[in-house]
Amino acid sequence: MNPENQTFEQSMARLEQIVRAMERGDVALEESLKLFQEGTELVRGCQKLLDDAQLQVKKIMTAPDGSPVEEEFRDEP
Amino acid sequence: MPQNVLSITQLTEYIRSKLDMDPNLGQVAVRGEISNYKVYPSGHHYFTLKDESSALKCVMFKGNATRLRFRPDNGMQVIAMGKVAVYPRDGAYQLYCTAMAMDGVGDLYAAFEQLKKKLAAEGLFDPAHKKLLPKYPGTIGIVTSSAGAAVHDMLRILRKRYPLSKVRLLPVRVQGAEAPGEIAAAIRFANHYHLADLLIVGRGGGSIEDLWAFNDEQVAHAIYDSQIPVISAVGHEPDVTISDYVADLRAATPSNAAELAVPDQDALRQSLDAMSAAMASALSRQLKAARQHLDVLSHSAALKSPTGYLEQREKNLELLKNRLIAAQNQTITRNNQRYIAAVSKLDALSPLKVLTRGYSMARKENGEVLRSVRQVELGERIAVSLSDGSLSATVMEKKEEAR
Repeated sequence: MNPENQTFEQSMARLEQIVRAMERGDVALEESLKLFQEGTELVRGCQKLLDDAQLQVKKIMTAPDGSPVEEEFRDEP
Repeated sequence: MPQNVLSITQLTEYIRSKLDMDPNLGQVAVRGEISNYKVYPSGHHYFTLKDESSALKCVMFKGNATRLRFRPDNGMQVIAMGKVAVYPRDGAYQLYCTAMAMDGVGDLYAAFEQLKKKLAAEGLFDPAHKKLLPKYPGTIGIVTSSAGAAVHDMLRILRKRYPLSKVRLLPVRVQGAEAPGEIAAAIRFANHYHLADLLIVGRGGGSIEDLWAFNDEQVAHAIYDSQIPVISAVGHEPDVTISDYVADLRAATPSNAAELAVPDQDALRQSLDAMSAAMASALSRQLKAARQHLDVLSHSAALKSPTGYLEQREKNLELLKNRLIAAQNQTITRNNQRYIAAVSKLDALSPLKVLTRGYSMARKENGEVLRSVRQVELGERIAVSLSDGSLSATVMEKKEEAR
């Protein structure tokens, strides 16, 4: 329904995992380097998602068959 | 001249004690319209109650004022309770107000309390039923009026805090007879089509009548039945509605609901920075440890001079080889000697074998073996060795033969 948000949420969860693993210090150096690289990319990705995000606002109306229909909703002046 | 002249303080004290002793003034309830309402920085509330022809100064101290169920405002009809007493400094009497209710809504309060009791008994406020809010809601459904200030306040805050969310507005009327039905239907509709990960249900501030749609049983049940977590956001801070009790989370205002609904991107960015820093420092710690370990290893003799290590090994090998050769030689020599000894022993024993064949050996008494008749004299005693013993004999006769 909202892929950017989903990516963000998953990235944050993975990042927390990586930081915990690296701080525990029980991974081999080579693995740590890989984690560091992965984590750094995730941080950059999350920052970009936040930078690029534009709050989408839709109004929900009801179609004749009773199902929901999205319409634009402009709230900004 | 009058005889008894009083000081102002004496007179004021007299009046004050008169009022204090009056049983009717100790606890009064008075109806009037609020004017000059002021809240001082101390937290005390000051106002005047008036009707068509009279006015009464009132004060409500902070402790009592925090228990107000509504926000008093100029022009409101209220019933104030408290005691009437003198305020000596101003030479005035005033109402020390301990409680205040809106006039004419007594019925509504009674209805509210009754419904609250009923729904509580049905378990609609059960904390165990309350759902956790999603940490990063992808879609937020807002059930409110599309016209009011509330929706704009919420959108402004959501846009600022967490623009990764998507908002779906479900417009409803939030006051009037149709409102409860529309609000309840919107909540059920959002659930039926799973339109959101989180719902905010509410409206901006207003009178108790304005907020009444959120004290409705249908709305309460719709919120309770919602699979989607619900934040209730009705009116201002002191307004508490039935919706607030049923919802998974109560927000003081619609703006507050928007704040509670999503994480703040400033905080998220900070935490991303913090995680970056944590990863970097964990890695550099590990690298430092690895470098120290390497240092220790590189100072060890084996790595300092790898050929020296080999030479040492070679020397050891040579030494072992020599020892092995020496040991072998010794064994050979020893075996040789044993062989020689055995052979000579065998030689020495061989004459005995000759004796068994019928020969005998004669020796002089000094042991000398006789090889010639010339070695003995007549009458000399000699020993004759046979295979199984020896004889002592005397030479009786000598005959030399030529060979």
